[in-house]
Amino acid sequence: MHGPAAKLSKDNATSKKTRLGVILFLFYTLVYGGFVLIGLVNPEIMGLHVIGAQNLAIVYGFGLIVLAIIMGFIYNAICTRMENRLNK
Amino acid sequence: MIYNVSIWAILIFVAFVATVLGLSFFFARKTNSAAGYYAAGGNIHWGVNGIAFAGDYLSAASFLGICGMIAYSGYDGFLYSIGYLAGWVVALFIVAEPMKRLGKYTFTDALDARFNSKAIKLTAAISTLVVSVFYLIPQMVGAGDLVVPLLGLPHWAGVVIVGSIVIFIVATAGMTSTTYVQFIKGALLIIFSTILTIYILNNGFTLNPGKDYHKFAKIGVVIEDKAITGTTDPEYVFKESYTVANDFTFVKTEKGGVDQWFKLSKDSSSLEEALFITTLENGTKLYNGEPKSSAKFYQVGHMSKIVVDGVEVDETGPLGPFEFLSTMENTEIVRFTKKEIKAAATTVWYQDVTDGKDMVKPGLLFKLSKSAGATPWDRVNFVSLMLALFLGTSALPHILIRYYTVSSQRAARKSTIVAIAAIGFFYILTLYMGLGASVNGVMDVESSNMSGPLLAKYFGIGIFSIISAIAFATVLGTVSGLIVATSGAIAHDFMDKYLNMKMNDKQKVKAGKLAAFGVGLLAIALGILFKGMNVSFLVGLAFSVAASANLPSILFLLFWKKTTAKGIAWSIVTGILSSVILILFSPTMYEKYGLAKAAAPFPIDNPGIISIPLAVIVLVVVSLLSQKHNATKVENYHLDEEK
Repeated sequence: MHGPAAKLSKDNATSKKTRLGVILFLFYTLVYGGFVLIGLVNPEIMGLHVIGAQNLAIVYGFGLIVLAIIMGFIYNAICTRMENRLNK
Repeated sequence: MIYNVSIWAILIFVAFVATVLGLSFFFARKTNSAAGYYAAGGNIHWGVNGIAFAGDYLSAASFLGICGMIAYSGYDGFLYSIGYLAGWVVALFIVAEPMKRLGKYTFTDALDARFNSKAIKLTAAISTLVVSVFYLIPQMVGAGDLVVPLLGLPHWAGVVIVGSIVIFIVATAGMTSTTYVQFIKGALLIIFSTILTIYILNNGFTLNPGKDYHKFAKIGVVIEDKAITGTTDPEYVFKESYTVANDFTFVKTEKGGVDQWFKLSKDSSSLEEALFITTLENGTKLYNGEPKSSAKFYQVGHMSKIVVDGVEVDETGPLGPFEFLSTMENTEIVRFTKKEIKAAATTVWYQDVTDGKDMVKPGLLFKLSKSAGATPWDRVNFVSLMLALFLGTSALPHILIRYYTVSSQRAARKSTIVAIAAIGFFYILTLYMGLGASVNGVMDVESSNMSGPLLAKYFGIGIFSIISAIAFATVLGTVSGLIVATSGAIAHDFMDKYLNMKMNDKQKVKAGKLAAFGVGLLAIALGILFKGMNVSFLVGLAFSVAASANLPSILFLLFWKKTTAKGIAWSIVTGILSSVILILFSPTMYEKYGLAKAAAPFPIDNPGIISIPLAVIVLVVVSLLSQKHNATKVENYHLDEEK
């Protein structure tokens, strides 16, 4: 029946990686939700300068993009360490 | 708009297409098995796959649509960039590895891994087909838009060219050549967008976009008894005036036998020249009062004021990336906003002076604050859009199938991270490209989609040619990926798995290629049919349908043990039907039917906030009601039980 296109070896780190993924996902969802909430409740403050001459919209928007990239690298580093440790 | 066609543009375009076709010939000889056709044999390097992900994802909607939306509506277009990228977080942390572990060739395989259910095979195949076709339409429309300035061909020719090349690519080599086309195109798109951004920053801001930029007339107005009766400039003879939506007064004049349209200024002291298209009784269109061939319909978008260190200046000189954004807050930008004057069969684009501060924060497109006149439904619409963008990415079938082209879960994860880094970087560039297009006199008011490529033209024909060829390859690559996904849904999920047609490996590949041919022809027909339709609107629809139909099933399959095959099948059906029906009854669609927006029974354009929870509720209720069928699971892949 079904099965991966490439043969996969057993991965003992799956449940730990899943838990980590869910935690990081929930954290990012909170930060993303905060951005949407500001737009919803008090959009005027998006124009306030927060860092130097940059307004909140720019800092938060760029921040969400950069945060996703940084969290991706952290997640990969931790997952790789787990795989190396548990799949010896 | 009339464009001058460049021989360089044509040569570079032909070289691109020739390279793509050459690649397809090369890989066609290597594709003999179903695994090769649908999943590139599962042996693509994660780095290549990551950039190919970016190539798949940065479709016409991202490069053409978002840049155009930012150029016209400032930061609100950038909200799409933020939402599209956030969607990858869901893909990385939740979906990537399980999808790789559960599936074989298609998203249906993964959903059905626990059940071997005919209902899942059928509904997931239909969902793949519906989402992919909705995603295909804007790509084809975008291709048509691109060839007009690039090759000087009509819109339909672009659609036919893209359709034919893509059918050839997919029907010959499948996922391998599609992957390498996406890799090359994704990499080039990011490199040349970076170069274009460097040009923008180096150029800074100026009040004079170029020596060819049209000087817009501003003339005095004569008002007697609150009615406009003439102009103070004898060259412009007053003909008539119209008031639209109680706020906007437009005036038609004549100069040298040619009509002009003006907008009455906010303080009623002057008339400001507007762009306009008038449709005559015989259907002929006049552009700024003359035939299209006279090329009197200008590209627009400029600044009317720049303040640096408290002093008004004509230009800033080169700016750093953060300085660019902060300086923009101290400018005034002249956007061109559309208004229909139905009584005069005329569409005008009037000068809409906008504070630079408003370009770099939300609010020009999505009304959110009370002071901007936002209603509660406007806010619900905003949340609904952000929800669909966040949840839609990891439910797009043509993105999900890319997890099967790599060798392991680790490779799936790493390629997703490469994709996030590449796409994230590109999305930051969209803000600069969009804002750059808004102030350098390059915008074609008839098609916001062309803002990015036309900005490149402002900096030179060479970079315009390359950027346009890449944009065209963008469409080629995305359409290829979509057609592989749909051909997989038809040949693998429906014919092979659902109908149980006994096919050997060669027949499976042949069925896939025939399906690709059929879907390609359908895409050409739809691309021609939907000419003029908003690209981003259709992509938004695809995201809403994907998030509603597919994501609840994926998440519950992974995280809720009581999920049943029936629950998944009914959830998919509910997600598709509710999202499509709500969009068909939305204000924007009502406007497209020629009806009043206010008459739309569903008051918002984005259905996700209703259709996604609805699909979840149906999944939970049906699963709970069909627990006795849960015993029919053939294999248990549930995560908790893999410990």
